[in-house]
Amino acid sequence: MADTSQPYVSQARVNHRGIVDCDIHPVTSKPGELSQFMPKRWADIFNTYGARVAQPFIGMVPYPRMTAGNGSRLDAFPPTGGAPGSDLTFMRQQLLDPLGIEYGVLQPLSIGSQTFDQGLGAAICSASNEWQMAMWTGPEPRLKASLCVTQDDPDAAVAEIARHAGNPQFVQVSIPPRANEPLGRKRYWPIYRAAAERNLPIALHSAAYGPGANSGSGWMSYYIEEHYAFAHSLQSVVTSMVMEGVFEEIPSLRVICVEGGFAWVPALGWRLDRAWERNRDELAHVKRPPSEYMRKHFWYTTQPMEEPEHPKHLLDTIRWIGGDRLMFSTDYPHWDFDDPRQAFKVRLDDELDQAIFRNNAKAVFGLE
Amino acid sequence: MAGRPHQWLRSSDEIPTMPRMKLPYSGAIDCDLHPALPGTESLLPYLDAYWRDTMVMIMKGNARMELNSYPPNAPLTARPDWRPKQGKAGGDLAQVRSQALDPFQIKFAICNCLYGAMAAYNPDLGAALCRAMNDWMAAEWLDKEPRLRASIVVSLMDPDAAAEEIERRAADKRFVQVLMLAAGEMPLGRRAYWPIYRIAERLKLPIGVHAGSMMRHAQTQSGYVSYHAEDYVHQAQAFATQTISFFAEGVFAKFPELRVVLIESGVSWLPGLMWRVSKDWRGVRTEVPWIKKIPADIIRDHFRLTIQPLDAPPDEVARVLDHIGSDDILLFATDYPHWQFDGDDVLPAGLPEQSVKKILIDNPLATYPRLQEG
Repeated sequence: MADTSQPYVSQARVNHRGIVDCDIHPVTSKPGELSQFMPKRWADIFNTYGARVAQPFIGMVPYPRMTAGNGSRLDAFPPTGGAPGSDLTFMRQQLLDPLGIEYGVLQPLSIGSQTFDQGLGAAICSASNEWQMAMWTGPEPRLKASLCVTQDDPDAAVAEIARHAGNPQFVQVSIPPRANEPLGRKRYWPIYRAAAERNLPIALHSAAYGPGANSGSGWMSYYIEEHYAFAHSLQSVVTSMVMEGVFEEIPSLRVICVEGGFAWVPALGWRLDRAWERNRDELAHVKRPPSEYMRKHFWYTTQPMEEPEHPKHLLDTIRWIGGDRLMFSTDYPHWDFDDPRQAFKVRLDDELDQAIFRNNAKAVFGLE
Repeated sequence: MAGRPHQWLRSSDEIPTMPRMKLPYSGAIDCDLHPALPGTESLLPYLDAYWRDTMVMIMKGNARMELNSYPPNAPLTARPDWRPKQGKAGGDLAQVRSQALDPFQIKFAICNCLYGAMAAYNPDLGAALCRAMNDWMAAEWLDKEPRLRASIVVSLMDPDAAAEEIERRAADKRFVQVLMLAAGEMPLGRRAYWPIYRIAERLKLPIGVHAGSMMRHAQTQSGYVSYHAEDYVHQAQAFATQTISFFAEGVFAKFPELRVVLIESGVSWLPGLMWRVSKDWRGVRTEVPWIKKIPADIIRDHFRLTIQPLDAPPDEVARVLDHIGSDDILLFATDYPHWQFDGDDVLPAGLPEQSVKKILIDNPLATYPRLQEG
């Protein structure tokens, strides 16, 4: 019963006024490219043991994507060789130029935030930050960097944030939504304070592995299950941050949920409000209904785009979330990439279109 | 967020809906009512000598096995005016009659007794206590009140033993469903559990999945949450996980007549899940070649959901149901004595007028074939 009308063409694109893409994945093109930015001690350990994380394989994600390209667009393999997302020239030709990307926010998915050896993890995060500047945001001013930190060593994370203070190439602090503890816990607050003091939002991008099982019933079997669980990891971030009272303590903190979709946001807000109303006694530190914190402190990137059976239902979802909360993203070069020309199957009015494709992100990141 | 129109958009398609209200007529079928087991000692007459001795031994000092998911004194666990002066809410048949069956003019109520027996890690302990609970349910409730029906509770730690218990207890047609918790050792679609689904399909017993956790794994991918409110919010994730697990593992390809009832799930999370997995399936269907049709259709065919609680606010309920794309899948429930509503207005506000009778009567009858046998 899908709508058979023509794909909707974004006004932001038609008007050539530029798009902000909040989720672009750069990767290294050759071994040793990242470790050259590490002190010798950590480079040696990285090259000898690798970044050991909570998953069974080396060289393959725990849930293989079972698609041609194992998770990447087949046409995104650069003609010069190397992995998709490893060649800036090709990224310009395939993404930035033809789609009118005025700004693109890099999500390097630093493995440093998941590494068992937290010293090595901090070194990997620092190297990821230097590497982004040297290889990407330095040569290409349209690209902006994520300040990668290792959340389970908050001291190291705060130091890394301080090290790049005032550097306009970094537009957000990046941590994964899968950590050793629920991310609203006090142990993480120094990171949030450091980010808020520098007016940087915290971005949490879905992660292919983490220390805990990906469901409350243990590990699932298939990628089609795991991919949905990405949204769960972000729901848990929203829940924990609101219910632990983070925003009462750090009222200027802003949080971006990246690559978890957004259809789940209204139902979570409704459910949180009900639970808060019922359990006010144990949540005395949460002063207002949870959905109000969501409406004020959280943003969501649009990819992977929600595709209701009836495209117009998406307008209900956007109404419930708030059009000012959504920020367009492509997830280039991954298999479920959203092309800004076709991502929305329903017509948005001009103001909403401009908000989602550029204005919301420009405001959040302070881009002009 | 709760239903405030956004400056850019307005709700379209007005749908005639009902206010929060008493039931408009008698004869509703309550698909989730919770009689309470007073305590493990109530099971002693239904245990064999070995387990009776064992339970007497380990119960020294008033040990209990309440489910951690429902702390007895927590607000959710019992509505204030349904709490008796002594004992547990839902523990007394006279009160169940006067507070639920009579005022709501219930024709049948399906009893889902929640207790730690289903959450035991020891497979033998779990099986023994579940068996005793089922016999206690028949003797103490079903024999005394003809409006009651019940779910067969099982421990999943030994699926073959669970299948045996289902076959034994299902000889009594007043048992209409198999009950399991929403969060356990493994996702419920796993093939280790298929002996249960084989017998359930053969005996026309739906699988009821009720909120609750063995606490075997953290509720979140980042560990255990701090507050009971967070735990309850995360039950929705547990239901979503199981929904996907059932069809991703191929349960319905193997057992095409099997139905799953999601009980006390909150409902409103479902449309987003249907959209996401249907889209993903188009992209990665080679991973799960036994799935032959779009997951949203599989969900509408095989899943049913009880309507207490219904998380969406009244103004938006009809939109959420429109997104689900079917009113065949909702089942009336009081969730007695859990505190989901106040007064006699058991019907959540905002249900489409045209769907109310289906939800109260037709859908439950279609979901539970054994209800039609009397």
